[in-house]
Amino acid sequence: MSKMLEPNELTKDILETPSLMTGKSPAKEWMDTPAEFRPGNWCYSAKTKATDALGAPNSRDWSPIDEDWKLPENWQEIISKGFRERLDKFRSFRLFMDICVRCGACADKCHFFLGSGDPKNMPVLRAELLRSVYRNDFTLAGKLLKKFAGARPLTMDVVKEWFLYFFQCTECRRCSVFCPYGIDTAEITMMARELLNLVGININWIMDPAANCTRTGNHLGIEPHTFKKVIETLVEDVEDITGIALNPSFNRKGAEILFITPSGDVFADPGVYTMMGYLMLFEHIGLDYTLSTYASEGGNFGLFNSNELMKKLNAKMYHEAERLGVKWILGGECGHMWRVINQYMDTMNGPADFLEEPVSPITGTKFENAKSTKMVHIMEFTADLIKNNKLKLDPSRNDHLNVTFHDSCNPARAMGILEEPRYVIQNVCNNFYEMPEETIRENTFCCGAGSGLNTEEIMDIRMRGALPRASALKYVEEKHDVNTLACVCAIDRATLLALTQYWAPDVEVAGVTEMVANALVMDGEKEVRDHDLRDEPYLGVED
Amino acid sequence: MELVNKLSEKKQEIVREWIRKTMEAYPAESLAVLNRNKNQFANPLSHTISENIDLLFEELLSEINPEKVAPILDKVIRIRAVQDMAPAKAISFVFDLKGVIRDALKDEIQEKKSFRELLTVEKRIDQMALLSFDIYVSCREKIYQIQANESKNQTHMLIRRVNEMDKQNEAR
Amino acid sequence: MKIINPLLIVLVLIALAYAGVNAMGMTLLFGVVIPIVAFIVFLLGFITKVLSWSKSPVPFRIPTTAGQGKSLPWIKQAKLDNPSSTAGVLGRMALEVLLFRSLFKNTKAELTEGGMLAYGSSKWLWLGGLVFHWSFLLILVRHLRLFLEPVPALITFLEAGDSMFQMAFLPAFYLTDAAILLAATYLFLRRVVSPQIKTLSLPADYFAILLIIAIATTGVLMRYYYRVDVVAIKDLIRGLVTFSFNVPEGIGVIFYIHLFLVSVLAIYFPFSKLMHLGGVFLSPTRNLANNSRAQRHINPWNPDIKFHTYEAYENEFREKMKAVGLPVEKE
Repeated sequence: MSKMLEPNELTKDILETPSLMTGKSPAKEWMDTPAEFRPGNWCYSAKTKATDALGAPNSRDWSPIDEDWKLPENWQEIISKGFRERLDKFRSFRLFMDICVRCGACADKCHFFLGSGDPKNMPVLRAELLRSVYRNDFTLAGKLLKKFAGARPLTMDVVKEWFLYFFQCTECRRCSVFCPYGIDTAEITMMARELLNLVGININWIMDPAANCTRTGNHLGIEPHTFKKVIETLVEDVEDITGIALNPSFNRKGAEILFITPSGDVFADPGVYTMMGYLMLFEHIGLDYTLSTYASEGGNFGLFNSNELMKKLNAKMYHEAERLGVKWILGGECGHMWRVINQYMDTMNGPADFLEEPVSPITGTKFENAKSTKMVHIMEFTADLIKNNKLKLDPSRNDHLNVTFHDSCNPARAMGILEEPRYVIQNVCNNFYEMPEETIRENTFCCGAGSGLNTEEIMDIRMRGALPRASALKYVEEKHDVNTLACVCAIDRATLLALTQYWAPDVEVAGVTEMVANALVMDGEKEVRDHDLRDEPYLGVED
Repeated sequence: MELVNKLSEKKQEIVREWIRKTMEAYPAESLAVLNRNKNQFANPLSHTISENIDLLFEELLSEINPEKVAPILDKVIRIRAVQDMAPAKAISFVFDLKGVIRDALKDEIQEKKSFRELLTVEKRIDQMALLSFDIYVSCREKIYQIQANESKNQTHMLIRRVNEMDKQNEAR
Repeated sequence: MKIINPLLIVLVLIALAYAGVNAMGMTLLFGVVIPIVAFIVFLLGFITKVLSWSKSPVPFRIPTTAGQGKSLPWIKQAKLDNPSSTAGVLGRMALEVLLFRSLFKNTKAELTEGGMLAYGSSKWLWLGGLVFHWSFLLILVRHLRLFLEPVPALITFLEAGDSMFQMAFLPAFYLTDAAILLAATYLFLRRVVSPQIKTLSLPADYFAILLIIAIATTGVLMRYYYRVDVVAIKDLIRGLVTFSFNVPEGIGVIFYIHLFLVSVLAIYFPFSKLMHLGGVFLSPTRNLANNSRAQRHINPWNPDIKFHTYEAYENEFREKMKAVGLPVEKE
């Protein structure tokens, strides 16, 4: 090549500064590439206010970019002991440490990998971060053969790497669908986070909501009087828009049903419209229900920290249901809340023998699939209402919306609630378009910020992780003029909003029940009800 | 126009090389996976880059129309703007095209008259590069904006309540 | 390095057996002692590993649901992908173990682009894996003829099927011999050629596959090139089974190499990822029904956790609650 043909050498230096993203040459072995902390690639550490309140181990002020993480002197021993304990307590953990054959089927299934190209985001390598230490400390082959068998000792570098990458997994379980042995990275991430927690390595976005939730009942730490006032403000909004006066009750003993939903629906935009939707729906069918200020959080950030914290937060639901003497519990739209209810609640805090097997008071339908937990999903409940013609619906009121549906990870892959929301959507709106099949149902792509990662300091990571979901969305936006991304998850209503703002700015995010309420033709509504809950005019109405 | 014709002729080769260079930003061990599956939805990164680089090259063959070129550039830069790269690296792929073209048309541009044409083409690349700066910065601004909005959205009702209480206090 | 070392180890193992038998005449060691030790290690190791897994309880019901769950009666359930009954779980497991169904799911997306399959695509992985495991199993079953007298009809039947493409040459040519060599070579090569698979591969991964390739190769060589005295081999093996250890003369060194490599594999097996053979049956994301809302799943170590009770909550907020008319337990 002649001199003239040399590519721009000026930038060469900048272009090749070390970063996880540079790597023209198949760099070093992954084990020899230490984790690097840069602005925007790590979550803020938990503040002592939260960790003190929760009694979390090694509560202290620290930051991941500090050289010294101020771990207890015997941190290796603590983690090692915790490791053994968890191997003995969770078959999933022990098995998943042993049987991976590194076939690579999972490699391109992770949204973080697909959006970043960082090899340590391949699920198999994420798990190897932990497995390598397991082999070193707990297996004969690892002890004897060391690196040959993929073993490495637990060092501070390894811990820092764990922190970066196990808080870069949203526990979405997509990889586990494709693994021939069902190895679930969510399980591995949960164990890793428990181990980190033992020595006081936490993130604020998980610990702070958990601490708030413990004391006040919800993530934001809103006290009961304010909680009530906020709901009353929403009631006023509903009256302004529809002319209907609602009268929800709080902490009412003797109500038939206790309704619990994530507090995001109560406080956050656009979750509030879904909250208004619930209240309108219940009014429409004359449901005998109450809200609780004590159990005012469906979400459970304990799930993202440790099984103990999850249990502690979840216990409030049954406790409150028992105190109020309701027959059963109805749960709102939420992803991880439903993972907890479906796979953990009854086991952890049941049996709920003070409740009755749930029966819809409107249709008489018995919810056989929930006869032990006694908790019904709002989509099951609403689908049953629609099937039995109990709702007066005018889907044309949603004609200004071209809707697509995002399956949230947990309802899809830790529960299997796929048809109910679709059935509801198709009955309340006329324009529904599915995203491509490799991105929905059990193949759904994460919003990029689940499992307690919906914190703003890692917005870049979140946006990378959102890329696969966004490109499917962009596709239906271009093809079908989709302007509404519906979901049944309160975290999604926050995180998908960031996603659309960056990747598809003309698409709004909505809850399914919000659209139900838009379509509801209610007794006593304004003669001309021509605006939706967001005060947007219906199609054909001049504003 | 001769050079443009040549470019057109060698499009496939040039585009392929340009994509390869652009993808070099990602670690080699990831590339195998990223390159193996070009499905638009299962692997949007490779797909978006390949598709839009192809489109960009088409645009290079005539005068740059910023309104047409910007949305194409946007698709690629929007991804790279959140991929933990220095700004220079995020838009370096535009400059890479110069090297790719010089390599591909090595023989042609030894001749003087093609050289002038080359300068025209390179000027277009520079225009793309300038557009890229703007797009990169707007992507970053968007991120900051989203960060600020998010906490506002999360406490939407509380902010409303505080505002209402302020109003009530004022009224008193 | 991570490929060279395992390769060297396999070559050294072959050399060891060759030297041991040919130069030093240690047929008793390689023909009797090592195989017996290997068998014992394998058996004990395998059982210990499976026991260690089953000793850890399954505290939570965590199936990966890959389809519609059981819900209202008019909603169609995906009974195999989201089973709610034992029958469904058995179906899911059977498809998983016998046909590698989850691995197969990988392929759907890849077929759309131009309908072409790329080298290293997951479909090849599925096919390679399936062929490899099935031929391994069939070859293992075929080997039972060396242990059993008379040879069961099933084995004879299998052999007939396996050699259905028998042509002019003798002895019967087994399809599985070719299949396992092809599939294993593919599985090895993808770990070498694809930088991504190479990154996540450990030396141990290369060792396992190279060892198996060496075993298959020596087996094939023994059968088609260096003819060995099958009757003598059968005597030796019958001797092992009946604990009358006599080492017949003139078996041929290739057999001892084959047997030694098999012994190494057996010893290595329980301590390696090869235990996925046993583990696949125990995976809680696959072998549990998604019915934890209908039937309580018990966690044997369910911890006692103190939570923030309503009483404590009301004690903190009672006045504020009363002020906005929220009902309280204690005035």
